[in-house]
Amino acid sequence: MKSIIKYIILDLLRNKIIIGYTIFLFILSASIFNLGADSSKGILSLLNIVLIFLPLVSIIFSTIYLYNSSEFIELMLTQPLKRRTILLSEFAGVSAALLLAVFIGVGIPVIIFDGSTAGWWLIIASLFLTIIFIALAFYASIATRDKSKGIGISILLWFYFALIYDGLVLFFLFSFSDYPLEKPMIALCALNPIDLARIAILLKLDISALMGYTGAVFQDFFGSSEGIIFVICALMLWAVLPCWRAFALFKKKDM
Amino acid sequence: MIQIKNFTKKYGKTTALKNVNIEFKKSECIALIGPNGSGKTTLIKSILGLVIPTEGEILFNHKSVLKEWQYRKEIGYMPQISRFPDNMKVGQLLEMMKDVRRTEHHKLDEDLIQAFNIENILNKTMSSLSGGTRQKVSACIAFLFSPQVLILDEPTAGLDPLSNEKLKQKIEKEKQKGKLILITSHVLSDLDDVVSQVVYLQESKLVFHKTIKELETSTGEQKLNRIIASIMKEPELINENVDV
Repeated sequence: MKSIIKYIILDLLRNKIIIGYTIFLFILSASIFNLGADSSKGILSLLNIVLIFLPLVSIIFSTIYLYNSSEFIELMLTQPLKRRTILLSEFAGVSAALLLAVFIGVGIPVIIFDGSTAGWWLIIASLFLTIIFIALAFYASIATRDKSKGIGISILLWFYFALIYDGLVLFFLFSFSDYPLEKPMIALCALNPIDLARIAILLKLDISALMGYTGAVFQDFFGSSEGIIFVICALMLWAVLPCWRAFALFKKKDM
Repeated sequence: MIQIKNFTKKYGKTTALKNVNIEFKKSECIALIGPNGSGKTTLIKSILGLVIPTEGEILFNHKSVLKEWQYRKEIGYMPQISRFPDNMKVGQLLEMMKDVRRTEHHKLDEDLIQAFNIENILNKTMSSLSGGTRQKVSACIAFLFSPQVLILDEPTAGLDPLSNEKLKQKIEKEKQKGKLILITSHVLSDLDDVVSQVVYLQESKLVFHKTIKELETSTGEQKLNRIIASIMKEPELINENVDV
């Protein structure tokens, strides 16, 4: 399995999109930090880009990559290898390449220019979001045979988590504004990895004071060590669940 | 060596293969023939474990292939269409395959690599190769580990006449060594001289499985395409399963 991963990574590291993505992220992050003297403002600006842009690139790139590798995967399946080994190698290869791109593009500038706790959280969140959206992409592309349908589902998934979900939550908040909603809000956040990442980072930026009573409740929960464990566990679940479904489907799939 | 028992495969409502029973033995060279959509590729893919049967089973050396993977050590497969990761080099692909198969070095069969001059393109990336060259690489991989069974899906499509001839010679040579070879092709003239048996599939059913000699005597023709043509005209020539 190691050798397959090695060659998949070698192939992806020479992929023009991965190289371009890394350079783009690096220039973007470095220039945001150089715009102002206050690095925590830089983190805030970077946060908004990271939360929208990274999931989109991860999910679309992985979906297309997996569809384009379908003949190669088929050939590997005719070798004396388990199905699980092949999919695991693909997943490890794509993850390694994209994580490296994010680490170089976002992680290194943040460490150089900021290095605060919020900065570290931003790096952890971007790495988690990358993995989670790769997992969702694997699920989408294994569940559908048709390439355009698979890419469509991927875009919809991204659209849902990045935009629609927040709209639904707002709608929910307004409809039930007479009730205390601070605790249900925590649960609602856990249902969207992007929201989870956003809150975890915002609370480290000391601007939770601007978020009123909800902010205080959030600070109380997410600021505690249980809260941190909760966030990490929820993010891990978000990565593991789609993967697990994808592997279960792949086991029975007709190629 | 390979037994297919009561094999049925359905994709949703369409039936790709219906109740097929065939047995393939060592040192046979079998042509799988049939119109488009007759289930040839499904049959091949199910032997390789790519397609999971709806009903029935496939035995490889008397063991069911379902959920097994070790048996594929004995199979070399050349797919109809070959696509490899774009930035992977030909040499890297061959290295990776050797790593995966872990075959001892002296057992590697590099005849085709030499015949197709693959050494000269080891440093080229896959995306820079033409379709025909990719087919050649794919053929090399199928033969490289001297497997007991060779499964070739449209091997000659896209190859130039010279390479085609080289591949045919190689198939002939492997047949002499006592290997089981399964070939599908629409170009019947390519299969002359090589093939010893014919399996004819039509409308998801097995129509006949006969040796070339039997077919020659029952139709009075010599060339494979003539034989098939005369059977399609007069199905009575074949006395079993005359429900074409």
